Amino acid sequence: MKKYVKDLTVKTVEYPHELYVLLKLTDTEPLPESFPGQFVEVKVEGSPQTFLRRPISINYVDRENNELWLLIKKVGEGTHQLAQLKVGDTLNLVFPLGNGFSPVRKQGEKVLLVGGGVGVAPLLDYGKYLKEHGAQPVFLLGARSKSDLLEQNLFKAVAPVYVTTEDGSEGEKGFVTQHTLLNKEKFDRISVCGPKPMMVSVARYAKATNTPCEVSLENMMACGLGACLCCVEKTVKGNVCVCKDGPVFDINDLTWEV
Amino acid sequence: MKNPVMTASGTFGYGVEFADFVNLEDIGGVIVKGTTLLPREGNDYPRMVETASGMLNCVGLQNKGVDYFCEHIYPEIKDIRTNMIVNVSGSSPEDYAECAARVNELANIPAIELNISCPNVKQGGMAFGVTTEGAAAVVKAVREVYKKPLIVKLSPNVTSIADIALAVQDAGADAVSLINTLMGMVIDIEKRKPVLSIATGGMSGPAVKPVAVRCVWQVAKAVDIPVVGLGGIMTAHDAIEFLLAGASAIEIGTANFIDPAVTVKVANGINEWLDQHGCKSVSEIVGQLNA
Repeated sequence: MKKYVKDLTVKTVEYPHELYVLLKLTDTEPLPESFPGQFVEVKVEGSPQTFLRRPISINYVDRENNELWLLIKKVGEGTHQLAQLKVGDTLNLVFPLGNGFSPVRKQGEKVLLVGGGVGVAPLLDYGKYLKEHGAQPVFLLGARSKSDLLEQNLFKAVAPVYVTTEDGSEGEKGFVTQHTLLNKEKFDRISVCGPKPMMVSVARYAKATNTPCEVSLENMMACGLGACLCCVEKTVKGNVCVCKDGPVFDINDLTWEV
Repeated sequence: MKNPVMTASGTFGYGVEFADFVNLEDIGGVIVKGTTLLPREGNDYPRMVETASGMLNCVGLQNKGVDYFCEHIYPEIKDIRTNMIVNVSGSSPEDYAECAARVNELANIPAIELNISCPNVKQGGMAFGVTTEGAAAVVKAVREVYKKPLIVKLSPNVTSIADIALAVQDAGADAVSLINTLMGMVIDIEKRKPVLSIATGGMSGPAVKPVAVRCVWQVAKAVDIPVVGLGGIMTAHDAIEFLLAGASAIEIGTANFIDPAVTVKVANGINEWLDQHGCKSVSEIVGQLNA
């Protein structure tokens, strides 16, 4: 898929949570083709401490309105600076990068999409893709508390949503792998994006139930293009770049102890 | 060379990774990822940390070895019409020479850049580049088997970079390139641990540029062979500083991570500056410093 460097325009800015900003970007020409699970590298202006671009997953692509959505968690100085953007500002992106999640493997397949924290972001785009291409996505989303659940209405508009919160304020209390859904239903495969401990425990569940499972990693990156070899993950094929060979990996290709 | 802009090894892959952003044939040269005789897995993650106006890396020469390069990568890049130069590294004069000898057989590789300055490997690398004897030994061994232009990449982590440059010139180098990265360290104060997996790493980016310009200036005054300047070049303005300091050509490294199309912009910017200053070619400004 061809990659571009482009200045996109900030069309809307939303603050769904004190720690998050949702930027909806647009362009005068149609946005390039991308696949769910791919990411962008954003240039952060006005932050002297932020030298490198910031890799951000594609939250959603609204073709009808020519919008690319980035759901960004404010972690360090760079992402805090991105949260200061205003409608009409421009943002320089290198995109689309990496390989996304798996394309539909068979009609009617039941795919469990498990997300936690800001890791829910790419699952919205992927869930919509799966539904439009004849698969049956189901979301299982985890958060600390009810107020930390993001884009719930958007997820619900795509597919059934099951929730766990650590404090029990919404859905079932506990972690995603403790949800009763996992005892009741069998899935053809699982895709996960979230904190590493969560992905490891979902990978364990997948192995135990013999369910194919892919995870989306977020190792620290520099170039995003497979040139600098900084973001490597150990795999059965040796060290590979998360940016170029990932960010989505089959758990059988990783060397995680699951 | 169609222009004085090349890409620094380890920052531009094999060129093809950037083909969506630039016409590779508009770049003066592409110096491909460091290649060693045997495959290397490199160092553990984390290999990179950002710092003010730059970054540190400790990749550790991850590559699939020279045989893989010759069989699988060379066929993909050999018809790109620019100078595709291979950066060669090793852990003994013998394996530097063996690796160079294999690259010597590749018709469309017009030169090699010998890396005696990688700070991120335990054996070899910078160990050779920090003494005049070590540097000369590697260059002599390679010179015997490598018949095409030989560029030697120098480390700034030395007392006198001009002395090292003179030693490699005497040993048969056709040109020198400098600087490789500056050895640095970043600490996570909460964990009380170094951020990088091997504690230290090589610093690059605009933060190192004044050090690089100084090194180029000192070396260009000392040697008779051409000097290739690199270290933190982000713009044409930066590149012209290196040319005035005595570099005949420049390499762009870390800037490729910020703007994958930067090489062509810098090449065009140099031409515009030359036009504005009534110069017909780059050679008119090389080393033309009023100092």
